[in-house]
Amino acid sequence: MTNDLDIFVGNTTLIDEEVYQLWLDGYSVSEAVSQRLRAGALEQPGAGPGAGPGAVLHSDTLDHYRTCHMLERLLHAPPKLAHQLLFQIPPERQAGLIQRYYAFDEPFVRELLGKKLSKGTKKDLDDVSAKTGITLKSCRRQFDNFKRVFKAVEELRGPLVDNIQQHFLLPDRLARDYAAIVFFANSRFETGKKKLQYLSFRDFAACAQHLIQHWTLGAVDSHVDDMDVDLDKEFLQELKELKVLVADKDLLDQHKSLVCTALRGKISVYNEMETNFKNLSRGLVNIACKLTHAKDLRDFFVDLVEKFIEPCKADRWPPSDMRLFLTQYTGSAHALDAFRHQALWDRYMNTVTACLLQMYHD
Amino acid sequence: MPGKLKVKIVAGRHLPVMDRASDLTDAFVEVKFGNTTFKTDVYPKSLNPQWNSEWFKFEVDDEELQDEPLQITVLDHDTYSANDAIGKVYIDIDPLLYSEAATVISGWFPIYDTIHGIRGEINVVVKVDLFNDLNRFRQSSCGVKFFCTTSIPKCYRAVVIHGFVEELVVNEDPEYQWIDRIRTPRASNEARQRLISLMSGELQRKIGLKVLEMRGNAVVGYLQCFDLEGESGLVVRAIGTACTLDKLSSTSAFLPACNSPSKEMKEIPFNEDPNPNTHSSGPSTPLKNQTYSFSPSKSYSRQSSSSDTDLSLTPKTGMGSGSAGKEGGPFKALLRQQTQSALEQREFPFFTLTSFPPGFLVHVGGVVSARSVKLLDRIHNPDEPETRDAWWAEIRQEIKSHAKALGCHAVVGYSESTSICEEVCILSASGTAAVLNPRFLQDGTMEGCLDQRIEETSPAGCGFCHIPYDELNMPFPAHLTYCYNCRKQKVPDVLFTTIDLPVEAMVIGKGCLIQARLCRLKKKAQAEANATVISNLLPFMEYEVHTQLMNKLKLRGMNALFGLRIQISVGENMLVGLASATGVYLTALPTPGGIQIAGKTPNDGTYEQHISHMQKKINDTIAKNKEIYEINPPEIPEEIIGSPIPEPRQRSKLLRSQSESSDEVTELDLSHGKKDAFVLEIDDTDAMEDVHSLLTDAPPPPGFYSCNTEIMPGINNWTPEIQMFTSVRVSRLSNITLTNQMLNKNFNDLCENLLKSLYFKLRSMIPCCLCHVNFTVALPEDELIQVAVTAVAITFDKNQALQTSKVPAEKSLQRASTDNEEQLQFPLELCSDPLASQPFSPAKEVLESASSHTGIPAAQRDRCNSWIELIKLKAQTIRRGSIKTIASLDKASPLAEGHARHRSVPCSTNSTVTVVKMTPLSFIPGAKITKYLGIINMFFIRETTSLREEGGVSGFLHAFIAEVFAMVRAHVAALGGNAVVSYIMKQCVFMENPNKNQAQCLVNVSGDAVIFVRESELEMVPVQSSTVISQPTSAGGDVTT
Repeated sequence: MTNDLDIFVGNTTLIDEEVYQLWLDGYSVSEAVSQRLRAGALEQPGAGPGAGPGAVLHSDTLDHYRTCHMLERLLHAPPKLAHQLLFQIPPERQAGLIQRYYAFDEPFVRELLGKKLSKGTKKDLDDVSAKTGITLKSCRRQFDNFKRVFKAVEELRGPLVDNIQQHFLLPDRLARDYAAIVFFANSRFETGKKKLQYLSFRDFAACAQHLIQHWTLGAVDSHVDDMDVDLDKEFLQELKELKVLVADKDLLDQHKSLVCTALRGKISVYNEMETNFKNLSRGLVNIACKLTHAKDLRDFFVDLVEKFIEPCKADRWPPSDMRLFLTQYTGSAHALDAFRHQALWDRYMNTVTACLLQMYHD
Repeated sequence: MPGKLKVKIVAGRHLPVMDRASDLTDAFVEVKFGNTTFKTDVYPKSLNPQWNSEWFKFEVDDEELQDEPLQITVLDHDTYSANDAIGKVYIDIDPLLYSEAATVISGWFPIYDTIHGIRGEINVVVKVDLFNDLNRFRQSSCGVKFFCTTSIPKCYRAVVIHGFVEELVVNEDPEYQWIDRIRTPRASNEARQRLISLMSGELQRKIGLKVLEMRGNAVVGYLQCFDLEGESGLVVRAIGTACTLDKLSSTSAFLPACNSPSKEMKEIPFNEDPNPNTHSSGPSTPLKNQTYSFSPSKSYSRQSSSSDTDLSLTPKTGMGSGSAGKEGGPFKALLRQQTQSALEQREFPFFTLTSFPPGFLVHVGGVVSARSVKLLDRIHNPDEPETRDAWWAEIRQEIKSHAKALGCHAVVGYSESTSICEEVCILSASGTAAVLNPRFLQDGTMEGCLDQRIEETSPAGCGFCHIPYDELNMPFPAHLTYCYNCRKQKVPDVLFTTIDLPVEAMVIGKGCLIQARLCRLKKKAQAEANATVISNLLPFMEYEVHTQLMNKLKLRGMNALFGLRIQISVGENMLVGLASATGVYLTALPTPGGIQIAGKTPNDGTYEQHISHMQKKINDTIAKNKEIYEINPPEIPEEIIGSPIPEPRQRSKLLRSQSESSDEVTELDLSHGKKDAFVLEIDDTDAMEDVHSLLTDAPPPPGFYSCNTEIMPGINNWTPEIQMFTSVRVSRLSNITLTNQMLNKNFNDLCENLLKSLYFKLRSMIPCCLCHVNFTVALPEDELIQVAVTAVAITFDKNQALQTSKVPAEKSLQRASTDNEEQLQFPLELCSDPLASQPFSPAKEVLESASSHTGIPAAQRDRCNSWIELIKLKAQTIRRGSIKTIASLDKASPLAEGHARHRSVPCSTNSTVTVVKMTPLSFIPGAKITKYLGIINMFFIRETTSLREEGGVSGFLHAFIAEVFAMVRAHVAALGGNAVVSYIMKQCVFMENPNKNQAQCLVNVSGDAVIFVRESELEMVPVQSSTVISQPTSAGGDVTT
């Protein structure tokens, strides 16, 4: 005797959290059943012996998977979920479903960060799947999520995070992560280099947030298209003016002495700092000056690591010393009479400082 | 010109893409009622069209208003070819036709297509202006209220319970007409849906006419069914109980019309009439002998043939029930005569109700049922459905005579059903024979004097168990003892009934669902031969089902069955019987004896051993069951039970009529002696199997209880979480050379596994009880068995005292109802209107509220179903704002946060979709039903030609059932309701043809749309309602987002 048809429909749509996760993780029905068996689902009421091993679980899992498939269409446009009539789901459960559908695996997104969300990338997902151990199905879902969010907010006015929240009803933190992903995908920052491998998605997400907040058009004017996605071109152009800080020998010396005076006795790596000051300063200012070139902009993080983080690491700077140095380095520039781009300098350095501090770890 | 129907098409949303080129749709709407059609303008290139049409007005007879559904078709305009239909909405406008129900239908309806399912939604507003009809010969019955609920609806009082009403209409099934060969499946399905909608409207109108003639104003326990007879036609039939109902609040205060916030009230003259009885009975009086021409029940002919039996019954039953009381005797006789005469006037003294006002039920005799096998023939003239009527009349007559044999003059918990296979049809009827109190059967003339008497004539809690029949002239063998409660009158050893457990019944422990399951192979045969084969099998099936039920009841240590429903379905090559009931232990009845196994072949060592092993297992099971269901009756010394108290017997002997001078002492001894001797004889393997199957029924897992009645005895402290569900399974019997035993086992496993699955699915609700578990079984094809279950899971509080009496709650309810009735008569969603204007905020709000709600207890979180709760949640959100700030430290700009928080405040009120609860019960735990909005009776067909693509049969049916729920909810919400009670899926006919990648399913559901308010929130109501009333309540307001 076999069951040709086996369904359960509740007035309130019940979705088992555990099965939903298995479905999201891309497991097939039979894989999910065996996972649940292993997790001890059979000890739960109703699933005792007699029905054949796992028959109850199998039927239950199939049922949930069907519901999930039907829901998926709605999850692609979360506001629809609140208005649709087909599934009666309490609002807080709806939020949970959406949140978990749009949640992603950080190792996966780390692989994808800065890549173009194109068909080509999608084709290569099996490599990513193999590398990260995440099922291809799940990879595809996550990739499609990124792409869907990207497409939806690409050409919208207003703050990126707010737009994502409005169109996908995501909680704050998740919306910020998506903002970072969209930002990286749009600017195509290089994150895959070996030197950058030690950085996690969290590091990049934090950096993205600083960049969005201070370097995009939205930072100065909140009523333009793409305000949070594209960097402020004018600002990048202006950054060239900072060149004077390293090009003018006097200015550089003056800057160095100001910083050294302020830090003497306060940091453990004073000597190293003193010897390296010009290199470091040159590195930071050069990065600023090159940002108008698309190629160099993409290499922003690579450059930060090469030009600043690696030398510091070599000299074993403690993070606290780095913080002090960067504060002083930024602040001292204000005391330079010949330097007139204070606002520009602050806008650049504050963000770079924040990024560097985020990125300075093992 | 008695009515004007007004329809406005406001907007659509989530429409499907009909033009591939532009990915958009040019939608317009056709509104059709009767033969009149209106069209909206085409709203070009949008999936969310805003038509905002004028009011389309239909001027129609009220007869037409009752029969016809409003038909709304959404189409895609196409300049070059024919317009493509997107889908349809059928709206039954009946709820708008009687006072006290809904005044406007307004809301989002799913646009339904029989091929594609739900395709977007449409916002519609419907109103009806009725003019006073002075025509004395009218054919309509506007104003009669219909309820599916099989008890007196919660906010009404029964003034008179008039009795049985029935009607049937027949037509040709469009699916079998010649035209079906040339039209599309869609057109055919729609023709069928429309026809059935029309027929049920007509049926309801005709039943209403009968009610008016009986001077009633309502039908309670309305059960309408379809018989798809295939070639021979389509029968829609209905039964119900006519009543005169009085709204509870109207007795205390006549509410002026202005109390209701809805302005439509004034346009309907009926609404100003606080007592619907007056207007309905007035014009209908001259109707006698008119209107319905073909129903046999039209003539209220006294059944002369049975009158002599009646005469002999009266004294006997009088003795059996009431004579023990001193002054009760003569009074009782009077009472009985009145009842008799009241009931005698009716051809069929049947009641479809299953629970009754206290005191209504005097005695219960037992289950009566009748079945007959008929050969279907083509219905030649749809206007003369005499054959079908005669069939049913025959069966009802049989039921009536069975009841008489049990010394009862009435049948309660009455229902009818059919099972059809090819041209053979089994008609079944069953009910519970009972003796009723006449108080409710006539106009309340003697209410005053009877009120106190009732209490003493039938002792509280056991009176209904006392036998109504003569113990010396028993219609069937039963073992009688004196009532264990009052010790005065006789009770049977077991009691089977089709009704709900009376509220006053005294029960020990909890109840449980008991099922008897049975399959019987049948030779394939044609027509007459087939009918003969089936008729021959039926008695055996009945007998075996009965035996199984009895065994299982004993095995659980219980002594009574309530809500018994036996379904026998016929298929090509087998018959299936499925009986469900709720077993309980009634204190009035004797403790059931155990089950004893006796072998027929003694002197065989191993066999004996086997028998004793089995016996031990059975005894263990009984002991275990007693523990599970908490059955621990007080131990009564044998002597008291055993030896009947001499006094009353003496007296009863005196009163007995002369003819009954037989030796009653021996009989009593017999009954006592046999008490423990329920013997199961194992003489062949068949019986062995039976014993095995007895033991395979697994009890529900800990924390679960189940019953098929409305309430579970022993559990009173329900918590408000409910989950109604439908589960369907179709099993293929793999082996072609099947035996009865194999079949039985397969069928048994199917049911058991289904139950097991349900328990597993609902495990998060523990402790909980599955109530009103309703199994239906069908044999759609040769080797297929289909079982469908609808039930509701209700959680309860384990920790509270289990026996908290229900009375105080009931009282407070009534008080609350009189206080708050007026303020609640408006659609609840209105409060969210002003907020709907922000297109994006709702979603956000939902999120915000969700994230900030983690601290709220689950129970509270789950109840977001009325505006009151939403407002409560809103308050929560505000209060929790500060916590939220702390929680989200990673927020970047304080500005953004402030922004978000600001937005979150209005959000929780803005759940645009009203939560609609559905339950097969007549009540909602922890809530008070404040208004009945009308009956929901819907019929849907869904067909697919891409079965595989839709996820196979399971995917197809899963989606369809979900769609049916959605459409029911949408209709209820549009009526302004927030729940459906007494929900029932009456039919689920599923056919598949996997080879052609096709499947088709027909579903018929019904229920009562209601507004309920949580008890806990009743206090809040006055405050909140004032705020709502102050808001503009324009009907289309909530639409223009």
